[in-house]
Parts: sequence; C-alpha cells; structure tokens
Amino acid sequence: MTSTTTPSTTPTRRARDLAATVLDPELPMVTIEDLGILRDVTEDDQGRVHVTITPTYSGCPAMETIRDDLVETLTLAGYQHVDVEFVLSPAWSTDDLTETGRDRLARAGIAPPGPVRGVDGPVPIGLSVRCPQCGSLDTRESSRFGSTACKSLWVCRSCREPFDHFKAL
Amino acid sequence: MTDRPLLEYTLGLADDALVSAQRMGWWISRAPELEEDVALANIGLDQLGQARTLLTYAGELEQLGRTEDDLAYLRDDREFRNVQLVERPMTDFGVAMARLLVFSTYQLHLYRALATDGDERLAAVAAKAVKEVAYHVDHAAQWVRRLGDGTDESHARMQSALDAEWPFVDELFSPLDPALAGRVADPAALRDPVLSDVRRVVAEATLVLPDVPPALGGGRQGLHTEHLGFLLAEMQHLHRSHPGATW
Repeated sequence: MTSTTTPSTTPTRRARDLAATVLDPELPMVTIEDLGILRDVTEDDQGRVHVTITPTYSGCPAMETIRDDLVETLTLAGYQHVDVEFVLSPAWSTDDLTETGRDRLARAGIAPPGPVRGVDGPVPIGLSVRCPQCGSLDTRESSRFGSTACKSLWVCRSCREPFDHFKAL
Repeated sequence: MTDRPLLEYTLGLADDALVSAQRMGWWISRAPELEEDVALANIGLDQLGQARTLLTYAGELEQLGRTEDDLAYLRDDREFRNVQLVERPMTDFGVAMARLLVFSTYQLHLYRALATDGDERLAAVAAKAVKEVAYHVDHAAQWVRRLGDGTDESHARMQSALDAEWPFVDELFSPLDPALAGRVADPAALRDPVLSDVRRVVAEATLVLPDVPPALGGGRQGLHTEHLGFLLAEMQHLHRSHPGATW
C-alpha cells in the first residue's frame, strides 16, 4: 500500500502521528494504529493528506466514524484537504495488532487474540483463553459472537467473571 | 464497454449476501437466547459488509453511476440476481441453521476459489470474507449437530427444516457463463466439495440428506419467489419514502 508514493508525495511524520491518535469508536482503549488498520498516510506538496485504512471485518460499522474522526483530527491540526480511502487488500488479520494494542486490550479486560498467520481453512481455535481479570486458563467460550464483530464472549471458571475475547482472524 | 457477464456475476454474489443479511436481521430479538441474537446479528452484518463492497463494484462495472445504495434500495425484484434459497422466509430456527449451513459452506468454497485467482477486485473481497464465513459455517454446523443429535422433537424439526431447504440447494451450482470461463470461480465446480462438507455435518447430526427434485430456480435470471417482493418492500421502504435521508 505504501507503493502509491510518487515523487511529489512524501509521507509526513506529523500527519501520520496525528492520524495514529484516532481511537477506535467501539474499542476506545486502542488507537487505529494499535489495531493495525492504519495502512498509510501521505501528504503531497500542496499539503493534501491521503489516509488509507482497512476494515477489521467487511461489515465493520465503525469505518465511517473512523473516517470522520480522521478528517476532524487532521483538519483541526490545520490540514485543509484530507481524504480517507478504504482498502481491503491485503486483508486485515489480528496478527496486525501491535504489542501496545494487545496490552491495552488486556488492561481493559479484553483477552487479546492468539496468532493466526499461516493458518488456512478451519477456524483456528486455541486451547484456552487466559482470563484478563485473574489470569486463569480455566475459561470457557459462552458465545462465538460478542458485542462487536471482532469479539467473542467468554466466562472464567475461576473468578466467575465474564469477559470479551478478541477473536483470531 | 460494460462487462455484462462480470456485472451479472458480481450482482449474484452481492445479492445473495444482501438478501441473506436481511433474513438474518429478522432474528434479532427473536432467537432462542441472547447470545444467539448477537451471533445472528453479527453473521448478518458480515454478509451485509460483503454485499456493500460487491454492490459498489457492481456499480462501477455497470458504468451508470449507481452507488451501493442505489443498487440495494432502488432495484425491483426482477433486477435482483440472488438465488431463491436465501430469499424465502426464515422464521423457524431449524430452517435458519439448515440454510446457513448450506449457504455459508457454499460461500466458503466460492470465496476461497475467488481469493486465489481471477478478478482482482473480487479476490480482495473474497480474501477478507473467507475468514468471516469460516466462523459462520462453524456456528451453523454446531447447531445442526446439537439439534439433529438432540431430542426426538429437535431431531424431527431439524430434519424437516433440511427437507424444506433442499430443493433450493441445486441452484447454487448453476453453470458459469462461458464468457467468464477462467476469469472467476465456477459455481458448478463447487458442487462436490460443498455437498461433501454438508453431508459430513448432516451425518454427524444423525440426519439424512433429502432425496428430492430441485426447485425450478431462475434467481440468477431475476426470477424469484413471491417472498422477495415482500422482503424488498420492508428493506427499501425507508429509503424510497425519504430519498437521501441520513442520520
């Protein structure tokens, strides 16, 4: 995706740093950079900023809000022309979550996903998910689908607390 | 010049996903338990997301300037290219799971094939969707096994649901337009792998595959059951009454 850079377009650190502060509206403990959905930020010599993002799931309803938040954040910082492009390829994977993102999810009580890269075909299912509250591995899945498209619902048998798990995708 | 065969093919994929998503949405607040409400809403949302990208692409192929919303909300039933399997009412939970098992298994194989070769835009949608659909297949298979291999009552209802859906399965495997040969995945080639997957789940569920003749079909040519018109009336009503409305 970074190959779209042309001689008149240079990636601008400041624009990228600003874009990277935008939070996911449904998981406001992580930024879009933490999630790995911020693909590219470029600024041309006219000061026009082009941001490329990718959805976590095809039907992710947060994309439009994220676009509005990107435009607002960059506009308030003085950029006059900001456009946001959605790309699908290469498809996002939970492996794109940064280490910071994983830590922030865990601290908010959402168990981060296990690795998926290289797995094809059947849904990859780990043996267990660690409870983000008490750290126990004695947990069970109560529903494959949770409060947002990217999460499943789990219950800890040790501390009896329910928790969200970010599904490996 | 408009690539008519590719446009029709893309509309078929898009409309299957859109109409199925609309039927899934009916279950919100009506599923047997709260977790299932959430699950079916999520599955419908994944399908809707796939439909949106596919309809946007169809609009570009058509070259008439129509957006995803124009195509979803302003076409009449005869212009829809979905298979009849997905358009019929789905107000029985057994029917919902039988249909989801067949349809998502079909989508899984289709998207897998599309992701690896042929049209670049369809490959991008497919590569994304295939991971989502794998969860749908798994969800449906779990329920079909649980209900089929459950009580006498759940077994009988799951079997009759499968019987009701089966005449409409054949249409999924309609032969590819020869003009598209080698460019996109051929649905007819998916018959064996899809049915083999479904057969395995059905056997584990102690159910039997119905031996019934296929329905007439024709969805890909715009021939639909009476049910699609009612579905579209509900889905399109707001947009047609208040053109351009946003919130």
